Amino acid sequence: MAGLTKSGVVYDARGLVEPDPEPPMTAEIDGDRAVIDATDLTTRKINLELKRIVYDEGVNDVTIVNPGSKHSLGVGILKRCHITFEGSPGWYACGLIDGPEVQINGRVGWALAENMMSGTVVVEGPAGSLTGAALRGGDLVIKGNVGARTGIDQKGGTIIVLGSAGINTGFMMQRGRQIICGDANDGLGDSMYDGNIYVGGNIASLGVDCVPGEMDESDHEFINRKFEIYGLGTPPDLKKFECGKVLHNYDALEPSERKLIL
Amino acid sequence: MCGIAGIIHRDGPSDMGVEITKMLQSMKHRGPDSTGYALYSEPDDLVTIRFMLAEPKEYGGFGIDERLERGRAEVESRLAKIGADLATIHSDTGYAFRATVRYDGDLKPLADYLEDIPGCKVLSLGNSLEIVKDLGDAITVQEQYSLAGIRGTHGIGHVRMATESDVDLASAHPYWAYPFADVAVVHNGQLTNYHQWRRRLERSGHRFQSECDSEIIAVYLAEKLEGGMDLNTAMKYSLDDFDGVFTYLVATSNALGIAKDEMAAKPLVLFESDDLVAMASEEIAIRALVGREVDTRDPFEREVLTWQV
Repeated sequence: MAGLTKSGVVYDARGLVEPDPEPPMTAEIDGDRAVIDATDLTTRKINLELKRIVYDEGVNDVTIVNPGSKHSLGVGILKRCHITFEGSPGWYACGLIDGPEVQINGRVGWALAENMMSGTVVVEGPAGSLTGAALRGGDLVIKGNVGARTGIDQKGGTIIVLGSAGINTGFMMQRGRQIICGDANDGLGDSMYDGNIYVGGNIASLGVDCVPGEMDESDHEFINRKFEIYGLGTPPDLKKFECGKVLHNYDALEPSERKLIL
Repeated sequence: MCGIAGIIHRDGPSDMGVEITKMLQSMKHRGPDSTGYALYSEPDDLVTIRFMLAEPKEYGGFGIDERLERGRAEVESRLAKIGADLATIHSDTGYAFRATVRYDGDLKPLADYLEDIPGCKVLSLGNSLEIVKDLGDAITVQEQYSLAGIRGTHGIGHVRMATESDVDLASAHPYWAYPFADVAVVHNGQLTNYHQWRRRLERSGHRFQSECDSEIIAVYLAEKLEGGMDLNTAMKYSLDDFDGVFTYLVATSNALGIAKDEMAAKPLVLFESDDLVAMASEEIAIRALVGREVDTRDPFEREVLTWQV
């Protein structure tokens, strides 16, 4: 039932909070910069305000303070801009973005930058499981550890982890690159189709059809360039892993070969 | 989905009822069906019994008042017969009761004797543990059971999204580890070898209140503890014995532990300071408790951690 409860929260007929699509208009805007204090705002209000500032006000540099581990912050931004989180967002932060450069001065929960198309997300702390799930493009840099299944179903882009990664990193990865500077837990690259995973530390075990590859000059050039861009220092010695292409349902055709057949 | 939370205060008792409510309410989106608490206070000479005589959905039905009255009288009668000297008894809801007794006998016959009464289920027994659970969110249950005034040293809680069993009080967490005093478990996940373990434990003489897979963990750990195993070791064994995806918290009168399965498919975030240990399915619950930005971490796959209170 739609209506206003005694707590003042508005629900729609499906029981969802805040059908009210109006941004709160609480951001402090100063020229090309703006600050949103998320303390007393719900996820929806924070995102409405962020979109208002970026799209309607044309502000290119937004700082969100006190994100309070709220979920789904900064999602669906399809424009080049700078977004800084001073603190830790919760789950599903910066999903479905296409273009922004995001700096997170904190840690993040599960499923950071899910389905990101382009842009960059840099996290100063650790990130939870499913980081970069179905990543399609852009760069994702995590300076701490990451949880399980990092880059699951990754379809492009680059994930750089300065710490260690949990179980099933790169599970069913289809394209793109992952650079794990620390250790990787069991099942690295399990059932991966394509792409490359580089690991600096120990690997508990390789997943099905994930095999060691040979580092060549282009690998080193790529990794050095990414580390330089993000000021990450000298990369560690890395081992390369790729798809063995022996899974029973893998057609073993390169995309160019497949095009030829079609 | 479900959400779990736990707290230990290293510097003495605090407003445990309020604190766990804050954490659980912030995770209402993980499970709106029922909410439960296992609250631990300083051990008392009295044994506290939390029990129910009917499900909430039965309350208000035809003849329920007389049935509850008979049930309560029968409980009092059986307590006297078994040598448990009743100190206090009251109900916040009409169907769920709290009693304190002077009793130094074996808890198993006491629990069995009470549960022999039609409709009676013992939710918890112990010198420091009290399990409170009911349908609805944390604020609803806190107000219903007047938890705001309850102080404690540690506690665990659960918000439930029913998946494998019914939305009722028997299927709500936490579960008391019958018949082991002061042991309780909350769980997020699914155990796929539930029936295998249930049959095995039933053959060992254990009983189950519900069809919920989570109850297995409590009874499993109770059996290990009863055999003399320490909590940490028992939890490590559970990682090999249980199939499925799970993260669970277990509490005893003087300890609290977490265990995460090898797939790490169920979340947990941990915060530790000199005076507080707090853990929850999502960081937002820890923020609801401490009210500021804090450093937290996700326990690793197959990680078992225990803390002494």
